[in-house]
Amino acid sequence: MWDYTEKVKEHFIHPRNVGEIDNANGVGEVGSLACGDALKLYLKVDENKRIVDASFKTFGCASAIASSSALTEMVKGLTLAEAEKISNEDIADFLGGLPKEKMHCSVLGREALEAAIANYRGIPLPMALGNIVCECFGVTDLEIKRAVQESNLRLVEEVTNFTKAGGGCGKCHERILELILEVRKDIRVEEKKEVGPKRLTNIQKIKMIEDVLEREIRPALRKDGGDIELVDVDGDFVMVSLRGACVSCAASQTTLKEYVEKKLRELVLESLVVEEVKG
Amino acid sequence: MNKVIYMDNNATTRVDPEVLEAMLPYFSDNYGNPSSMHTFGGMIGRSINEARAKIAGLIGAQPDELVFTSCGTESDSTAILSALQAFPEKRHVVTTRVEHPAVKNLCENIDTLTGHKHKATLLPVGNDGAIDLALYEESLTDETAIVSVMWANNETGVIFPIAEMAAIAKERGILFHTDAVQAVGKMPINLAELPIDFLSISGHKLHAPKGVGVLYVRKGTPFVPFMIGGHQEKGRRGGTENTASIVGLGKACELAAERMDDENSRVKELRDRLENRLLEAIPNSLLNGHKTQRLPNTTNISFEYVEGEAILLHLDRYNICASSGSACTSGSLEPSHVLRAMGVPFTAAHGSIRFSLSVFNTEKEVDFVLEKMPPLIASLRAMSPFWDEKK
Repeated sequence: MWDYTEKVKEHFIHPRNVGEIDNANGVGEVGSLACGDALKLYLKVDENKRIVDASFKTFGCASAIASSSALTEMVKGLTLAEAEKISNEDIADFLGGLPKEKMHCSVLGREALEAAIANYRGIPLPMALGNIVCECFGVTDLEIKRAVQESNLRLVEEVTNFTKAGGGCGKCHERILELILEVRKDIRVEEKKEVGPKRLTNIQKIKMIEDVLEREIRPALRKDGGDIELVDVDGDFVMVSLRGACVSCAASQTTLKEYVEKKLRELVLESLVVEEVKG
Repeated sequence: MNKVIYMDNNATTRVDPEVLEAMLPYFSDNYGNPSSMHTFGGMIGRSINEARAKIAGLIGAQPDELVFTSCGTESDSTAILSALQAFPEKRHVVTTRVEHPAVKNLCENIDTLTGHKHKATLLPVGNDGAIDLALYEESLTDETAIVSVMWANNETGVIFPIAEMAAIAKERGILFHTDAVQAVGKMPINLAELPIDFLSISGHKLHAPKGVGVLYVRKGTPFVPFMIGGHQEKGRRGGTENTASIVGLGKACELAAERMDDENSRVKELRDRLENRLLEAIPNSLLNGHKTQRLPNTTNISFEYVEGEAILLHLDRYNICASSGSACTSGSLEPSHVLRAMGVPFTAAHGSIRFSLSVFNTEKEVDFVLEKMPPLIASLRAMSPFWDEKK
């Protein structure tokens, strides 16, 4: 059973603002029956561009219903400019958090809000312009990149939790990984500008990383028939390639983050981020 | 908390009070090791053999054809991997698309487990969950090491024609395994008359505790153990016996044999009452699975345009326990592989609810569920954007 907060349960059992608003002037509809959740959001916006009323209709699980209910409560009384700033994390926070597998319910809420505002303004939805990456759930590259950026996602599994992309046949996992790397490369450039001089020179860092891989990590991986290779180090980003049994192992991403990254942070530098490059 | 209305017996069952009573001495006074040479331990060995005889009696087996395991999953793994090791030159397995994960995930990972390339045929099922015997026959080749097909489906209760399927495999000299964890105790089984080589039983599905299972291995069937250790179970499964649970399973099988008629009359009537009245009272509700070729205790119904997890959580408020094939209850994003294999449309699969009854359920409980379900579905549909469009 999911570990829902009391607030999620409250909003699920007693959802606020259910139904349609007759004179709604902004309606957003996202999701589908096939995907297992769908949300139709109705907004009443006054002449001062303020949301005076909001309501919803939702097909979905408890957290989808609770997220929809929360969203309507959050936007009421806000100007459109204020409402536009609401992120999926804000919706989740309003509910005291959501299980990570259910974060896509909060994304659904944010997307419906955007769609309703776009509908009010009479403009097409920017996200719909992207190219479909996940055919099972109809998720575009723009949606994936946005989720990666906004919620600081690093793993394909996280992208699936947030957007559903990759949750079906799995054929698009490689493309999702490419998108993650693309976005993170941009973030990296920005991060680099912000941080001051590092304690370690690059050569020192690479040497220490290699040392830790050899001494600490390889022996453990080899016990399970796996291996790891250092491909490159770019700032704080450590690019590695998994070999042997690790390649086909379902838990390899966990190994990478929970074990390799943790060890490197502990023994080399707290700010290191480990990424897998295929090849 | 009010009394729980438990209609999730295909997930697990309540330990029968008589079973618990039979087990208790083996947690206290009767703690000996059945392998010991002293009378105190030997006494436990006799209790285990009494349990073995009772279990054998329920399924028409000989007592020494039973190997105690830790669960249904271990029994399944043991049977399939044993066949692959007994015939290492045969690299083909036949199973179905609707198996329990214990068999499905094993068959999908055989290459990793054995280190050899294998082919697995996953037989499709029809819209009613039934299997096409002609297709099954065609799938068998000289390369086939084992067929593994569940006797009854855990999600829909649909029963496969195991007698015919086993006979077809037998004709070709192919080993036949059936995962019968849902069938044993709910329908008569007589292995003396059936050419089945391996059969899996799980204790907690028939009012014995969790943590004990059985693998039936027909006398003369080649067998390679899965857990190797001491000489327990005549070397077929190492590890000190789970004595209390084995005694409990023996008692549970004895009770199941006594209650077989009740299961197939009273429990079936309760199930039918629940099913027929739900289908009548709630529009756009559909039965998943064959109407008659089915376990007497299981019903799986889809309520279109609503989502299963939301239904379950509302039922939970009344302490009604059931389960769903919806994506949201599983942690995966797609609905049940069983319903998808049956071609149940997404509109219906996401809103599927399984009620699985037992001899402990009463008419009063069924009527309570019948009272709560229609308004509950109506309230969720009132919230659903698709229901609106339908109207």
